[in-house]
Amino acid sequence: MKITVGGEKREVEEGLTVSALIAAEQVETPEYVTVSVNEEFIENGAFDTHILKEGDEVEFLYFMGGGC
Amino acid sequence: MQITITKEDFDRLVEHARSVSPKEACGLVAGEETTDGTREIKRVWLLTNIDHDEEHFSIDPREQLAAVKEIRSLGLTPLGNWHSHPASPSRPSEEDKRLANDSRASYLILSLEGEEPVLNAFHIEGPAEKRTVRKEDLIIR
Repeated sequence: MKITVGGEKREVEEGLTVSALIAAEQVETPEYVTVSVNEEFIENGAFDTHILKEGDEVEFLYFMGGGC
Repeated sequence: MQITITKEDFDRLVEHARSVSPKEACGLVAGEETTDGTREIKRVWLLTNIDHDEEHFSIDPREQLAAVKEIRSLGLTPLGNWHSHPASPSRPSEEDKRLANDSRASYLILSLEGEEPVLNAFHIEGPAEKRTVRKEDLIIR
């Protein structure tokens, strides 16, 4: 099936989870990544169970924060 | 690494940071990167600090997502983020270093501590418990 990851088209296997996509995309420091699918944020605890669907638009965002 | 920002964008950061001071201000920067690693900031985003705090910031993830899409639609490259230190120097704090999770990013820190604002850019990489910080050659023009 076809999905979009960070604005780029990808052909992936049916039943792919968010966790599997993170691994396949070799996302740097995945523990600090926020994932949105079709502009909805996915809870970190649901990465293993959220199954992607045809046409999904996925974005990986790094948490950005700090302090002085 | 050299990174440039226009005086106009620098002034926008300062104006926004002063408007929310003593709370920290934050946002993203995007532009172009040449093959030799030189970076040119073409646009800055002023985003919401959802911590609304004087010593901490977290960029609103919804605004971050919208900005990332806008950056892409403009054909620009995400270059990093910026935040203000209302009452401390322009250098990464321990928390800044610990939370600098993107080794490709330039981390810009705007200090309002003195009479004149000071902006510096940093490259931060390595494991969270032992980050390496390198000051970038920031040019305002």
